[in-house]
Amino acid sequence: MPSLTEFLIIAALLFGLGTAGIILNRKNIIVLLMSIELILLAVNTNFIAFSYFLGNMTGQLFVFFVLTVAASEAAIGLAILVVYYRKRGSIDVQQLDTLKG
Amino acid sequence: MMIELLTPIHLIFFLFAFIAIGSALAVITVRNPVHSVLSLVITFFAMAGIWMMLRAEFLSLILLLVYVGAVMTLFLFVVMMLNIDTEGKHTGFVKYLPAGIIIILLLMGFTIAAVGPHYFGLAQMPVPEAFAADYSNTHQLASFLYTDYAYPFEIAGVLLLAAMIAAITLAHRGPVRRKVQKVSAQIAVRPEDRVRLIKMPSEPKSKGA
Repeated sequence: MPSLTEFLIIAALLFGLGTAGIILNRKNIIVLLMSIELILLAVNTNFIAFSYFLGNMTGQLFVFFVLTVAASEAAIGLAILVVYYRKRGSIDVQQLDTLKG
Repeated sequence: MMIELLTPIHLIFFLFAFIAIGSALAVITVRNPVHSVLSLVITFFAMAGIWMMLRAEFLSLILLLVYVGAVMTLFLFVVMMLNIDTEGKHTGFVKYLPAGIIIILLLMGFTIAAVGPHYFGLAQMPVPEAFAADYSNTHQLASFLYTDYAYPFEIAGVLLLAAMIAAITLAHRGPVRRKVQKVSAQIAVRPEDRVRLIKMPSEPKSKGA
């Protein structure tokens, strides 16, 4: 059986790749949302690995709730994306300047 | 250590891990968003395998059913509905690449150093003994979920309802206004709505008429 370290390293790599996706991607928001999904996957893997090695069920419960929140986040995010696309005709991250922030 | 690395379960772990990391890399680098979504699906499959190794069977299957089956399908729908130019270049990809790689390497390096075998190796965190044959992960999860965590569980349900209402309200376009006759309104009309009877004194006939 692999040790806890190896599971945590996999989660760290996934987390890093998700962060890289957010930093590097300047083209469309969908890839941005998918990077967030990657990050959440890494966090969930951490929770499950610790839950297994510590023999504590609470970690898996937390993953359950994180999955719930992530699903609703994806649904609302994609709905906002569709509305935005109808208004602007593009989902380029560089052109997201309507709020002049 | 080398002998230990070659056990079948280790090989399975490395297989899943390489698939997961490789396809996660593809998610953020490929140009076509459809390919990106499909790579993410592969990542989810590989991580579900790793979760299965960690004896989180219920969550592993939930990841496949809910995430791959519902959420990623939603992503795919949206990607295919929107007309995104996949031929366009990665604007700014090269510009932000050096800074991005430095940040990512620092992040990964520090995290990996922090979780090294010095703290979380097999000596510090031994593998728990095998579960009994009739151990049920789903049963275990539910016995917590419906007792100690019943209140958060219901809040999660309300959250999903709110998300559903929000998504529908945002994306719903409303009925298109067309000029059609409303048959129900025509049938339901009453004489009082159309004819107004006015009481007025009768006027005397004029002489000329």
